Amino acid sequence: MKWEVVIGLETHAQLQTKSKIFCGASTAFGAEPNTQADAVSLALPGVLPVLNREAVVCAIKFGLAIGAHITDRSVFARKNYFYPDLPKGYQISQMDLPVVAGGAITINVDGADKVVNLTRAHLEEDAGKSLHEDFHGKSGIDLNRAGTPLLEIVSEPDMRSAAEAVAYAKKLHELVQWIGICDGNMQEGSFRCDANVSVRRPGEPYGTRREIKNLNSFRFLEQAINYEVQWQINEIEEGRKIQQATVLFDPDTGETRMMRSKEDAHDYRYFPDPDLLPVEITEAWKAEVKAGMPELPQVMQQRFTGEYGLSAYDAGIITSSREMAQYFLDAVAAAGTANAKLCANWIQGELAARLNREERSIADAPIKPAQLAGIVQRIVDNTISNKIGRDVFDALWNGEGKDADAVIEAKGLKQITDTGAIEAIIDEVLAANSKSVEEFRAGKDKAFNALVGQAMKATKGKANPQQVNDLLKKKLGA
Amino acid sequence: MSLDLEQVQRIARLARIEISPEEAATARDQLNGIFGLIETMQAVDTTGIAPMSHAVDVVQRLRADVVTEQNRRDAFQAVAPETEAGLYLVPKVIE
Repeated sequence: MKWEVVIGLETHAQLQTKSKIFCGASTAFGAEPNTQADAVSLALPGVLPVLNREAVVCAIKFGLAIGAHITDRSVFARKNYFYPDLPKGYQISQMDLPVVAGGAITINVDGADKVVNLTRAHLEEDAGKSLHEDFHGKSGIDLNRAGTPLLEIVSEPDMRSAAEAVAYAKKLHELVQWIGICDGNMQEGSFRCDANVSVRRPGEPYGTRREIKNLNSFRFLEQAINYEVQWQINEIEEGRKIQQATVLFDPDTGETRMMRSKEDAHDYRYFPDPDLLPVEITEAWKAEVKAGMPELPQVMQQRFTGEYGLSAYDAGIITSSREMAQYFLDAVAAAGTANAKLCANWIQGELAARLNREERSIADAPIKPAQLAGIVQRIVDNTISNKIGRDVFDALWNGEGKDADAVIEAKGLKQITDTGAIEAIIDEVLAANSKSVEEFRAGKDKAFNALVGQAMKATKGKANPQQVNDLLKKKLGA
Repeated sequence: MSLDLEQVQRIARLARIEISPEEAATARDQLNGIFGLIETMQAVDTTGIAPMSHAVDVVQRLRADVVTEQNRRDAFQAVAPETEAGLYLVPKVIE
């Protein structure tokens, strides 16, 4: 029998502010324990929260980017629970009136677009860190992270597979970096997901969900959901009921396991925080924030398909990060609009592969956009073949020469276009490969390709392959 | 609306407040007295009046995003019951 998977994600994006959300302590990552834990972070008696304007700006930017409603009077609430890394005994969060309400993100899975609706996005403070090892039976508490601003982004249960959940999480990850509100560093915990997963028979009401906490890589997100789905289906098919619970994913075993039952833990007794007044977000403020935002990826993607003739798929890849989009724009500026498609191919192909292999970001690629444009231009004007273009690319990557023309000149890579010269080489090849010639005459097409290969080899790849093809056909009378 | 003893004890547990059966009974009566007040207030017709989230009708003042706090760990940890390697030590919280 068929099962339908239902997934909603809650994503915590750490906002790129210099100071904490309710006090002037630094948010820098990696400092010595508790050196950034001031009186407010420690919740010493008598301290009061003062809201960081920039954190609100980040939330407004996100709301504008996903076409959401921005609440004109947003309210902070206390979420009450006890844990040593939360010294106040409550987390300041938002409940009834979050900054961002609604909005949507379009994902693409297997070539089909799908809209994932968002429920809300609200501001809150992060908790500290508990270390449970090596303290002779005690736990060590580091409150540097306590009070770091977070935007919790909650989706509707709109996803129907782990692949869709990953596509949504990736899109969100790209977007928060694009608009400059989060550095997206998943190793450092700047971007982490909780997945609410349930299964049901198609058409039936939602099943009971279990929440997988703290997934900090896309691979774990996918593995954890797939494992959890199979586990829930097995439970139900064996006649057991799913109990609402919070589970953790263990990357070593690939399994999810129960963390705590939700009975009491979920009773957070939210109420409006009397220490904080409503935050007023005026039309003028929204307009000011909007004016300072970059062109959004979805807008740029449309522009790239329209203006430069890229396919939707190619434009999607090029606009997956602002750095890549800028690289593309710079390359096109140098190579000319007519060569935009070829620039995109080189960026997604050779450049992306090489960056990937060497684990470098596009910002510190040794080949600059203008240099890549130089290669593209020499291919387009037939100075070199596509294959030789890759050799030029290698040379420039390794710093041999300042541009494509210099490399082509220094290495003598200019394509041979002189028909006479190519014919002479083909004659030699035909004489030396009489067996292939006979095979070709006997009807073996493969033999023709072998001859082209021999001729290209004899020219060290410098002949125009199409020209070799044509001349060879003529000689063989084909 | 009124609370029973069991609900009072549950709220006390969630708030980590130790409460004797006598105190629970007193707290229940006091809380139910407050519910009585709320009921009286809810009888007032508030049609067309926007709810307030705070008793004072002003908006939040915002702070510029500037780091103003220095490292004062030594001073803070001097009054902590136990510290080690810069961390505050607390009774172990997981089994």
